[in-house]
Amino acid sequence: MKKPVLERPVLLDVQDITRLYGPGKGCEAIDFQLHAGEVLGIVGESGSGKSTLLRVLAGLEAPDAGRVIYRRHAGEDVLDRGEAELDLYAIGEARRRELLRLEWGLVHQNPRDGLRMGVSAGANIGERLMAQGQRHYGQLRETGQAWMHQVELDPGRIDDAPRTFSGGMQQRLQIARTLVTRPRLVFMDEPTGGLDVSVQARLLDMLRTLVRQMGLSVVLVTHDLAVARLLAHRLMVMRRGQVVETGLTDQILDDPQHEYTQLLVSSVLTP
Amino acid sequence: MDGYNFAYLDEQTKRMIRRALLKGVAIPGYQVPFGGREMPMPYGWGTGGVQLTASILGADDILKVIDQGADDTTNAVSIRHFFQRVAGVETTTATTAADVIQTRHRIPETLLRAGQILVFQVPIPEPLRFIEPSEQETRLMHALEEYGVMHVKLYEDIARYGHIATTYAYPVKVDGRYVMDPSPIPKFDNPKLDGNPALMLFGAGREKRLYAIPPYTRVESLDFEDHPFEVQTWEHTCALCGSDHSYLDEVITDDKGGRMFVCSDTDYCQTRRGEVA
Repeated sequence: MKKPVLERPVLLDVQDITRLYGPGKGCEAIDFQLHAGEVLGIVGESGSGKSTLLRVLAGLEAPDAGRVIYRRHAGEDVLDRGEAELDLYAIGEARRRELLRLEWGLVHQNPRDGLRMGVSAGANIGERLMAQGQRHYGQLRETGQAWMHQVELDPGRIDDAPRTFSGGMQQRLQIARTLVTRPRLVFMDEPTGGLDVSVQARLLDMLRTLVRQMGLSVVLVTHDLAVARLLAHRLMVMRRGQVVETGLTDQILDDPQHEYTQLLVSSVLTP
Repeated sequence: MDGYNFAYLDEQTKRMIRRALLKGVAIPGYQVPFGGREMPMPYGWGTGGVQLTASILGADDILKVIDQGADDTTNAVSIRHFFQRVAGVETTTATTAADVIQTRHRIPETLLRAGQILVFQVPIPEPLRFIEPSEQETRLMHALEEYGVMHVKLYEDIARYGHIATTYAYPVKVDGRYVMDPSPIPKFDNPKLDGNPALMLFGAGREKRLYAIPPYTRVESLDFEDHPFEVQTWEHTCALCGSDHSYLDEVITDDKGGRMFVCSDTDYCQTRRGEVA
């Protein structure tokens, strides 16, 4: 009988990350591990340092102290250089950007930051593939249409510019553009921010399906506990740059221990 | 001419530009910044090309200047006169007789030979500019060879027009490394960049950048596997010399719809007519 894997391998090892813009502004002494196939939610109020942490994790901003270690396992190295461990800020900028391009993905809160607004939806989806060296127009287009279908966009609009899309559609397009290269690790910064509730619900539903189908590992930053409950397996609650509580999502939301988490959970509006 | 140094620019400036040129030749396709000077003509009229020409011109060199392939258009005539006055060099319209050819928009139809130098006037040296407005970012993209976005532009063309509609300033990859904008030459001339025996120098006056393709360098035009690079073709032949293989200009001859197609390279056209007659 085949035994189920209980201990998933560690994908991202975050060791004592500090990035401060001033006392209490930024994030301080953050320590955690992300396992393969896991969705980790980082919640907290505005200014709690969760976005700063995400920027450091995603390789966009060097930390003042601490290390981010990315672990690969046999056969997972896209470029196959035989490296099992990468220290995100010890490798050069070239390698870091390459990693972001090939194995990671980043979904911005505002789709305008993640999309090229001047070029068509198809070109947006195809860009990462072209950066990886795909040079066949017909295949790029097929992939583009398949992905538009996947994120519930009309494939007939593949030649339309993103600016003619609604906010929710732009966000879907951004997700398609990020996931098209099948990244192993995806960072999401408030992926449903600024969308109305019904659009949010459908987007979340779609995200949840994709995450499960593709076996993605996700670091999700959100201030919305409902989003966290739907997507995240594990939660980290941040306040003033520090982690005040971590645990399984249901555990934290149903039985918060720290007073700040209790406040956060009790402030959720229920209609 | 009194009061001016040979070829207008002072020796220190020429030296500075020559050093930048050496760097450009050493790294084919790489854009080298240089301290561009004010020239006695407006930006957009070829100040970059003029500075390059001025710094490489020797007293014995024979200069040819073309604009849109022609030797007798405004830009060509004024730059030729400029160098006649400030350098006193001999000028010519014959491609084969020239040592230095300054050009805007065309590479001569006549094959160039080793030892000749072709100087291009470049308006926008950065091929990534259309998609990335930040100079810092484009330099980083060049450094890291992040050229995926160049194909985004070509993809857009096919999606919109059904074929690659970029007909000039068609991006090329030089020596398998740097993506380069070959100045506003028509893509018809792109194949002539590849393995050309002449040295090709590119100067952008407003942007203060220069770059180079050394002789016999591999230059590939970017394309897709299922939409390969193609040059323009015409159904007509030149109305003057009958050429069926040169780049043709459409010239409107009256206001009743009359038009004719003629070679844009006037020297080539005249030479052919002389041979036929």
